[in-house]
Amino acid sequence: MFETYWDPVWLTLKLATTTTLLLLLIGTPIAWWLARTRHWLRQPVAAVVALPLVLPPTVLGFYLLLVMGPEGWVGQFTQSLGIGLLPFTFEGLVVASVIYSLPFTVQPLQNAFESVGDRFLEVAATLRAAPWDRFLFVAVPLARNGFLTAAVLTFAHTIGEFGVILMIGGNIPGETKVLSVAIYDHVESLEYTEAHWLSAGMVVFSFVVLVTLYALNGKARSGALK
Amino acid sequence: MSEKKSISARFRCAFPGFGLDVDLTLPGTGITALFGHSGCGKTTVLRCMAGLHRAEGAMTVLDEHWQSADTFLPVHKRPLAYVFQETHLFPHLTVRKNLEFGYRRIPATDRQIGFDEAVNWLGLGGHLDRMPAGLSGGERQRVAIARALLTSPRLLLMDEPMSALDKASKHDILPYLERLRDALAIPIVYVSHSTAEVARLADHLVVMEDGKVLASGPTRETLARMDNPFRLEDDAGVLVEGTIRELDQRWHLARFEFDGGSLWLRRDNGMKIGDRVRIQLLSRDISLALEENPDQSIQNLVPATIDRIEPDVTPGVSIVRLLAGPTPVMSRLTTRAVDQLALEPGQQVWMQIKSVALAD
Repeated sequence: MFETYWDPVWLTLKLATTTTLLLLLIGTPIAWWLARTRHWLRQPVAAVVALPLVLPPTVLGFYLLLVMGPEGWVGQFTQSLGIGLLPFTFEGLVVASVIYSLPFTVQPLQNAFESVGDRFLEVAATLRAAPWDRFLFVAVPLARNGFLTAAVLTFAHTIGEFGVILMIGGNIPGETKVLSVAIYDHVESLEYTEAHWLSAGMVVFSFVVLVTLYALNGKARSGALK
Repeated sequence: MSEKKSISARFRCAFPGFGLDVDLTLPGTGITALFGHSGCGKTTVLRCMAGLHRAEGAMTVLDEHWQSADTFLPVHKRPLAYVFQETHLFPHLTVRKNLEFGYRRIPATDRQIGFDEAVNWLGLGGHLDRMPAGLSGGERQRVAIARALLTSPRLLLMDEPMSALDKASKHDILPYLERLRDALAIPIVYVSHSTAEVARLADHLVVMEDGKVLASGPTRETLARMDNPFRLEDDAGVLVEGTIRELDQRWHLARFEFDGGSLWLRRDNGMKIGDRVRIQLLSRDISLALEENPDQSIQNLVPATIDRIEPDVTPGVSIVRLLAGPTPVMSRLTTRAVDQLALEPGQQVWMQIKSVALAD
């Protein structure tokens, strides 16, 4: 009984945390590049990053399934590495979530880097800071709120994911059966009590997480003005 | 100026609707002002010198090549400091951390200016643990200057460091800048569009217009050279350096003596007998009389000899260049007045000086 509740919750938190951490690593350089470049590829890259915002999750899931499947190039690559196939595994969910939530990381970061502007970086350069030094000790701290926003949105969005997961993860308890899928399952089987517990828990949890992080964000904002 | 101890900068670049083409040789000490109206390219020259803007050209500072045909030292490798118009103190760092930012990034052996020294110099002792947002405009600019100096630069670039300040803050900063000029052996290139600032601070003056250099030379001579088409119109004037000789309690005046005469000016609170000061005489404030006429409101009458008379850029206006002793002065008169008084070179006249102001 306890497992039916706890497993999906644990899996969901694990997926959201892993995705958020990975996306901060992957999204930061993309956002930095988009914020600073004048390259002609800027618009196309920005459009690709934003695609998951407009595509139905099923479309994304469908193509991921193909690409990561036994005939797809990613699938052939993972097989040749001896990892096997990604669909219907937790790792597959992570890959899908990273792609699906990419805009929720990149866009707030890009906005934050853009609002930092050139001048502080120029000042840092005249104070002998090399490019990496400027990024780590000037751009990142000044874009702090962008990082918080990106983390909150990515985390929340990953928790709310459903369509993509169903497409490529299926419904394997303890492996790919996350909260949203578990709730769907309970409703399908008319187990409304279980569905209620999970759903209400999710509402409360999401609310608490968002309030906490927004409060932190607000504090950081006013702190910068002190 | 020996070739070795100077700065040479040659830049050429094009922007939509604007081109920059300058070739400058500047003294290796003291303050050089880059002067001109907004949009003349003076800030661009400064950015090119710093390497913040990549223009075609060359830049050599006291024997070090920062830029040439095949080298371009990136900004963070140039031993320079740059004080921006808007101070841009890092808002996430305390004053102390701001000051340490550049200081900690240079090798300890290269530190010519000590941390405490810079803090004392700019009067920042009480502010070290404050955040920049809580500082006044003048305080912020002092922090920015100290932060720049703490990199022990070989060249200090300042882009209108006072233009964002109110009058009180300007008065707050000026003495610090003068002290820097006198105490530091490093050359300072100072961008300004204020004649008063240039007059008070600069040793060498570069006048720019439309991306080109109109004139470059020692400040006093350059300001007095009337054949340079200054386009300053009402602001044209000369600088006169001299000494305070007398303080008058009753009328709140001070007597300023220069090589060629003496003038009364309004007393400043901090003024002491023996102070060396610079005053600015605007050519529109000087009228001429053929005889000494004390029965009038103008108190400052100084004899002078007419050197040259030339038309101004404004039609109907002439510029009369005079010599009071060896000191050149300019007077701006209508051409009709020049004709009616039958003024001509070599003639002795009395200058009636309507207002005299300390150059600040």
